[in-house]
Amino acid sequence: MTEPTATKISVRGCGIALRRAGAGRPLLYLHRANDAGEWPPCWDDLAARQDVIAPEHPGFGASDTPAWLDTIPDLANFYLDLIDQLDLANIYLVGHDLGGWIAAEIAVRNPRRLASLTLVTAAGILVAGEAQSDPFLRTDEQRLRDLFHDQARADEMIARMLRPETEDQNLKNQTTTARLTWQPRGYDPHLAKWLHRITLPTLLVWGANDKLLPPAYASAWQKLVPGAQHVVLLPDCGHLPHVEQRAAFVGALEKFFDRMRVAA
Amino acid sequence: MKVFNFHLMPYRHVDLDAIERNGSAWVTFSNRHYDPEKGADLYHEYLDQMELADRLGFDGVCLNEHHQTAYGMMPIPGVLAGALARSVKRAKLAILGRALPLLNNPLMVAEEYAMLDNLTRGRFIAGFVRGIGAEYHAMGINPAHSQDRFAEAHDLVVRAWTEPGPFQYVGKHYHFNYVNVWPRPWQTPHPPIWIPSQGSSSTIKWAAQMRYTYAQTLSPITVVARFFQLYRDEADKAGYVPSPDQLAWSNTIYVAETDAKAMREARPHLEALTNRFLKMPTEMLLPPGYSNIESIKRIRAVKVTGKPQTIEDLVKNGVVIVGSPNTVREKLAEYQDLAGFNTSLTKTQFGTLPDDMARANMTAIAEEILPHVRDRLPQGIKQAAAE
Repeated sequence: MTEPTATKISVRGCGIALRRAGAGRPLLYLHRANDAGEWPPCWDDLAARQDVIAPEHPGFGASDTPAWLDTIPDLANFYLDLIDQLDLANIYLVGHDLGGWIAAEIAVRNPRRLASLTLVTAAGILVAGEAQSDPFLRTDEQRLRDLFHDQARADEMIARMLRPETEDQNLKNQTTTARLTWQPRGYDPHLAKWLHRITLPTLLVWGANDKLLPPAYASAWQKLVPGAQHVVLLPDCGHLPHVEQRAAFVGALEKFFDRMRVAA
Repeated sequence: MKVFNFHLMPYRHVDLDAIERNGSAWVTFSNRHYDPEKGADLYHEYLDQMELADRLGFDGVCLNEHHQTAYGMMPIPGVLAGALARSVKRAKLAILGRALPLLNNPLMVAEEYAMLDNLTRGRFIAGFVRGIGAEYHAMGINPAHSQDRFAEAHDLVVRAWTEPGPFQYVGKHYHFNYVNVWPRPWQTPHPPIWIPSQGSSSTIKWAAQMRYTYAQTLSPITVVARFFQLYRDEADKAGYVPSPDQLAWSNTIYVAETDAKAMREARPHLEALTNRFLKMPTEMLLPPGYSNIESIKRIRAVKVTGKPQTIEDLVKNGVVIVGSPNTVREKLAEYQDLAGFNTSLTKTQFGTLPDDMARANMTAIAEEILPHVRDRLPQGIKQAAAE
């Protein structure tokens, strides 16, 4: 097991918190909405063969909230700056939920430093007519329950995350989430128009029981992204495949990365 | 004291149990509960009440704006203000207010208010609000931009009223090549600006600095007194002594022959307002970004929307005044002295209160209360300020 190094770095004047562990090709992980600073055990698994880099987005967690932060494209451009600054190349870019939305924007804008794209229950597009819960009309507890298929895991996360000492952090994360995703609610109508530009090898990982972004979203992404050859649909799994189906998640990513390693 | 007749225009025929089942009368409460025939009758009933208020000698009539709710049927208050601009002959006409951040083009408020100011030949009062959290769900406007958009829209509207056009406006949220509002307002430099709020300290400070009338909504009188003292303190820092007219208390008054009769008659209608029409979950009232994190924590901690309240609670806390003419006169004077206001924004119709009772209440207030408070000023506030 590799203990991640926690650091704070500054990218063009914006300070962000960042965890990093392992060695190998860089795996840049972009986290979900309403959260930051997680280092779930699956990153220890992936750090055995990759250099896992997990920043907290500007406006989230221990990172600064810069005045320029209004939209997901702002974050995509920020991460392109970060990639240049850290001089990362051949990156496995992995984005979850809101982080998947940022990752798709990055891949549309400039895939030069990317080796692959992995979208895990990614937000950013709309499948009209799909029944989805509105996170902004759910209580803190309901919002955490919505993430899971296995409610015992939800109980554990509720106990960990909904404590008086985490209230400020939760409100900060929720406020930035609202700033970025309130309207249109969790998607950008302009993103789908340009997803045809993503020809990178792309893996889609989805929970079969995702209540926020049901599996119809995986099919929609697959149709829109030419590089998306594979959908891994995990059974007994909600919106957090890397938490709820750790081994299957890690297995799917390593298998996908193996193809790139062979190609290299 | 100046007493205005403030109407919320509730859809008073609503199925109160259906609100209870839905958990709220706002945003998600289906409009299949609205019957246009009953609603049309209500619009005319309520407008008739406003015209009666004018004839009875109220100093003004007030409208406001809320969206997608049975709580109030005024998503576009300017429509009703237009209807009243010619039929209310003497009293002031106030919209308290329009929710500026909800608009993608705030110049439309500059235009609308300027038209009303012309139509009333200067009897118009211009209220600006941010709108409560529920409006941001209803109208799809980002609550995280609420404060910025309010500040920018306010500046734009005031400049549009006071600077000769055309001029260019460049903000973050609003951009116009040509700001050149026709008509210009009738009043100089512009209609009086009133700022209703739930009691945000930054809003109170700003209103005091700008010398705008500050209106406190739905709060216990001791809290109102504290907020009004903050206003006076801020005015003092800004180097002036505010008129007590600049402090407006938004309340509900119900008068009947005896205290017991007044309580009995008002009870179901007032409790319907408080426990049904106003009810909403915290997530709806306080979307993330609507206020700063400290304010959100403070409001969450008191769980404003949680507890059912009885009429006894509301009377005891001085949120409302209910009773015989003598009781109402005494309470109003006591609260005026405690909080130091000289403007009362009074709901005479509230919740499910039917027309005959609302009109009887208005008449009783006009005959038994207004003559006694008209020339009354708050007493003892200077001492309070010095303590």
